[in-house]
Amino acid sequence: MITLFFELALTFYFTATIISIVELFRSSKTTTKIMLLFVATGFVLHTISIVLRYADAGRMPAVNPHEATSFFSWCTVLLFLILEFRYKIGLLGSFIMPLVFVLMLSSAMLPREIKPLSPELQSYWLSIHTILAFIGNASFAMASGIGVMYLIQEHYVKSKHPSGLFQRLPSLQILDEINYRLITIGFPLLTLAIITGALWAQSAWGSYLKGDFRVVWAIITWLTYAVVLHTRLLAGWRGKRAAILSIIGFLTILIAFFGIKLIRKGLHVFL
Amino acid sequence: MNILIVGLNHKTADVDVREKLAFNGQKLEEGMQRIKTLPDVKEAVILSTCNRVEIYAAVTNAAAAHEAIKNFISEFHGIDRSALETSLYAYEDINAVRHVFRVASSLDSMIVGEPQILGQIKDAFDFSLQKKTTGILLNKLMKKTISVAKRIRTETKIAENAVSISFAAVELAKKIFTDLSTKSFMLLGAGDMAELAARHLMSNGVKDVLVANRTYESGEKLAKEFNGRAVRFEDFMHEMVNTDIVICSTGASKYVLMKEQMQKVMKERRHKPVFIIDISVPRNIDPEINNIDNVYLYDVDDLHGIVDTNKLERQKEAEKAEGIIAEEIETFQKWLASLDSVPTIVALREKADAVKKEEIEKLLNKLPALGEKERDAIEYMASAIVNKLIHPPTTALKEDSEDRDILIAAIRKLYGLNEKEE
Repeated sequence: MITLFFELALTFYFTATIISIVELFRSSKTTTKIMLLFVATGFVLHTISIVLRYADAGRMPAVNPHEATSFFSWCTVLLFLILEFRYKIGLLGSFIMPLVFVLMLSSAMLPREIKPLSPELQSYWLSIHTILAFIGNASFAMASGIGVMYLIQEHYVKSKHPSGLFQRLPSLQILDEINYRLITIGFPLLTLAIITGALWAQSAWGSYLKGDFRVVWAIITWLTYAVVLHTRLLAGWRGKRAAILSIIGFLTILIAFFGIKLIRKGLHVFL
Repeated sequence: MNILIVGLNHKTADVDVREKLAFNGQKLEEGMQRIKTLPDVKEAVILSTCNRVEIYAAVTNAAAAHEAIKNFISEFHGIDRSALETSLYAYEDINAVRHVFRVASSLDSMIVGEPQILGQIKDAFDFSLQKKTTGILLNKLMKKTISVAKRIRTETKIAENAVSISFAAVELAKKIFTDLSTKSFMLLGAGDMAELAARHLMSNGVKDVLVANRTYESGEKLAKEFNGRAVRFEDFMHEMVNTDIVICSTGASKYVLMKEQMQKVMKERRHKPVFIIDISVPRNIDPEINNIDNVYLYDVDDLHGIVDTNKLERQKEAEKAEGIIAEEIETFQKWLASLDSVPTIVALREKADAVKKEEIEKLLNKLPALGEKERDAIEYMASAIVNKLIHPPTTALKEDSEDRDILIAAIRKLYGLNEKEE
């Protein structure tokens, strides 16, 4: 059952991704509507699969790599739907859905069996810590997608050859504002995730800093976004620089997410 | 009946001729009354805009009506006919249909893709409906015209990109800022083009206007016109700290704003984006400024470049539009042909025969015991009924009466002879 819903969600996301790419070349209101319909349906199916897995495992399904990537995609789609509903940004789907699909596909290829979690890690901290971390990271993912859109649109305006996607991309100002807003949502969530992670470590092992390599990376990510916010608030770095920084920030997260696993195994089982 | 268009436009007549021939206000009403009384004109619509004056008519004798309408125009406006000959054009039937389709979809306009003409055609048609000067032919034609123009608007990008400098500037402003009504705007120096761009910006919501002119007094005058505020020219750099859009045309012979100065302004603005349009020739603003982050500088050539690309783009879309028109002409032609009596008589006959055949078969299947003689008698009776029933409409169709078009349309509808064309 869980598999069925997961595969269905994947299929819907896949179709939505294809439509979103087609949209880049020829768009109409109907294509956008159909794309959103597929995303929304996929999201509902995806939610069901996550809830079923939660019930099955008896814990937050964000522990092994398969679960983690799937849950991360879920958070990203959730934010995408909220943004789409709130701002109706043209072409946002074309920049976000391919990322969602790649994440879901890698999730699909990872082993799916539910392994029991070591008893010392089983606590409510698991849910709190992972939800905070994942929604935080998903907002950074969105911010980087918006950042890419900003850079493309800025290139059109700056180069004085507004053509191609110029007409359909939103204004620089709104892209910059949303980018900023997403980071102001993601940053406190990431901060709280790090704190709850430390508290969790304390309750499990009696030490706040019995961290692994990933904890170090989390702090690097945190510092990156601290710089993004700091330069913006104090030096007025906005627009292009903010967009580039938000993309760099998200690349840092991706390295933490996928890269570290290849280097060493730590306590974060899913990495 | 034939469709006839007589008229003139910006390509065939200068503005002073067009002015004299315009049907505006009271003249339109009078013109309508008069044109209805012309002998060969059965239906009429008058379209009068600043770029064209055209009379659409359904006529019984095209050549005679053509003469009559020309005379009417010349008499009505009190202009010698010989003075009009070179300006007036005329289209008949299919060419007339093509012409009105092209006019409504702005392919015949001075600026391809301009949106006003469709509204003007709708108004002209509405007025004729009010005055009851249209009938079956023009009603159909005008309705079709409006739907064709709408189709072209949605299916092609003919009206998508700005094709004038000031619109291009507004379009760019909208892609830099989300909401122009929250932005402030400064006019640096004055000039016709700068004022025009300013007006476009204001009609797109910009409210907060500053004018910095070398001579403070004339700046003040202009500021009053825009409901804005005049500032001393020496202070403009200081004012730029709080200005989001600047249009510059000072007529100075060297740069009035250098990169280093702008960098300082940006720092004070906390790098909030600024859009600068330099329409002065020679340029008044150091082009290097465009390399500063969040500063977007466009000069006249840049804007011209955009407009040229957009025009080419529209030209491509216009070709698509011509394709759509060709398609639509075909369906309209089918409808026109259906107005002809011969095919209608044939269709009526075929329909009646089909009904007859079907009913006879049904009956004979139910009564297989009938002999040859009885069968013949039944068939004979059926034919007689059918013939008697379709005889009067057939004769009516054959008569060359004035309201034959209406009869044809009525018969086609009453007997269900129309193909489901729309």
